Amino acid sequence: MTEPQPASSPSLPRARQPAAPALSAAGEGWPALARGGLWREAWRRLRRNRAALAGLVFLALVALGALGADLLAPYPYWQQDLAAVRQGPSPQHWLGTDELGRDVLSRLLYGARISLAVGLIVQLLIVLIGVPVGALAGYYGGWLDTLLMRAVDVLYSLPDLLLVIVVMSTVRAALHGGGTPSGLAAVDAAFGGLLGVFVALALTSWLTVARLVRGQVLYYKTREFVEAARALGASTPRLLWGHLLPNTLAPVIVAATFGVPHAILLEASLSFLGLGVQAPLPSWGAMILEGYKAMRAQPHLLIAPATALSLTVLSCNFVGDGLRDALDPWLRH
Amino acid sequence: MGRYLLRRVLLLIPIWLAVYTLTFALMQATPGGPWDREKPVPREVREALDRKYGLDRPVWQQYLDYLASVVTRFDFGPSYTSRGRTVNDILADFFPVSLTLGLLAMAVGTTLGVTLGVVSALRHNTWIDYLAMAFAIGGVSVPAFVVGPLLVIVFALGLGWLPTQGWGRPEQAVLPVLTLALLPAALLARYTRAAMLEVLRADYIRTARAKGLPGRLVLLRHALRNALIPVVTVAGVLLGTIITGSFYVEFVFNVPGLGRYFVTAVTNRDYPVLMGVTLLFATAVAVMNLLVDVLYAYLDPRIRYD
Repeated sequence: MTEPQPASSPSLPRARQPAAPALSAAGEGWPALARGGLWREAWRRLRRNRAALAGLVFLALVALGALGADLLAPYPYWQQDLAAVRQGPSPQHWLGTDELGRDVLSRLLYGARISLAVGLIVQLLIVLIGVPVGALAGYYGGWLDTLLMRAVDVLYSLPDLLLVIVVMSTVRAALHGGGTPSGLAAVDAAFGGLLGVFVALALTSWLTVARLVRGQVLYYKTREFVEAARALGASTPRLLWGHLLPNTLAPVIVAATFGVPHAILLEASLSFLGLGVQAPLPSWGAMILEGYKAMRAQPHLLIAPATALSLTVLSCNFVGDGLRDALDPWLRH
Repeated sequence: MGRYLLRRVLLLIPIWLAVYTLTFALMQATPGGPWDREKPVPREVREALDRKYGLDRPVWQQYLDYLASVVTRFDFGPSYTSRGRTVNDILADFFPVSLTLGLLAMAVGTTLGVTLGVVSALRHNTWIDYLAMAFAIGGVSVPAFVVGPLLVIVFALGLGWLPTQGWGRPEQAVLPVLTLALLPAALLARYTRAAMLEVLRADYIRTARAKGLPGRLVLLRHALRNALIPVVTVAGVLLGTIITGSFYVEFVFNVPGLGRYFVTAVTNRDYPVLMGVTLLFATAVAVMNLLVDVLYAYLDPRIRYD
């Protein structure tokens, strides 16, 4: 969402309205690039965006809850109390208990850990896959470009969750195949199947970043400053690292920011369908499934994780929108 | 145009092969095969089953045999878990339900999304605009498996206006269609608004206004028609959201459709069903994208594929 602009009189023709501030800032932003002035400018613009700021604050709270879950959670997330099942909110259990008497607030806090870990780690993997693929395709062109980009086209044409489900089932099966469990399988089992979720989400979501990076590299590799560096004898790695990849930073940051809520939602969807994180780990998606089953008698079991998930994803989207607007000069050409 | 069309149709083949190979790899990677349940299956039974389904042959031969039967006879073979039923039987049973649900959701989502987008562009930076965009960003952030149960709590359990679940009677379709339509509507509202704002700034709109055309005519004949052209391109994405949305909407509302069956097939490791449904969905989206590109060239005379 863009920041509300000052209301102009309705009789003013649209074409004569002042252009968005981002446009006018673009010209001034460029020379400041080397001094980091653009980052300061972007931060200044982000701070003025109230929705993005609110999103940042909420995400900071969620992160705090996730990191401090061991201290903040009143109970262990797996601790059952069969004498107190399906209770409403009370002083002992602020958000009530689930069908096994587990404290909902505690499970929400640990669930935040899973959601944030999925959101961040998957983005890291996506950047690790997408940036090299896009950079190679864009820089070398030719058959390599054709091959990589046709592969991206093919994967792009499939609905994301469909692809994730098939890939994750394959990864799971491969991990836990064979008689004796391998090291990775043990890790996956210890983390309730999270490893499979990470890998499947990363393998299916790097396409956007690859396309973006390829486009940026294609655009910049013919610019004068790259030509000049090449003429001065810069090596290929130096051209890529020193000149081309820094210019892909802004769009990659924006794409990764929007990738976080996407990954969080996909993990929650998988867990809601019973295909994601395994019990007793408290994924928000799995908690929503339990809440859905109990919604007639205890709607709070649904509403608590549903609110947590929705607000987190909403905050991420606000921050993403804000960042996109703030980094506008870099994203335009 | 002819050559472009041919190239696009040919691109369907790698899409198909990728999906086929991926799903086939899944079948192969599973430990112990599809017969593993809580109770171990005796070895003789397993071997008999393997022979019956051709799973005792070398992997490459299975890959080619199955591919041949799918391509030449559109035959996905028998389901592993539903005794005596083929994948084609299952598709024939469940697909019409999902198709009805999906078409209804597409119709509702398109109407709602385009209307909201147009209205918010015309009332740019007013409370109507902010409200519509709040809906758009909310629709992208709140998943269908949250919206569905919430709608049930309010309209079925609370107000008692509509049934909580089921399929067949018209009133049973209302909540699942609304839930499924939400994401496409939210996406469309954003796209339409952006396209409409762009078009309203164009010179030809100013010209049309300047020559004294009534506002309504400018809007319908000049603005909306041109604004909708880029919006058409997201039809493939919308179909994708409807397909993946059906996985949980059909589950939440207990609709006997293909989306719900797909999830069950994953859980039950019923790979032939998985293969059939995945290929069907992938083909639907690929064909939709192809149609969109052809339609795009037709709608916008500036675009010609060579």
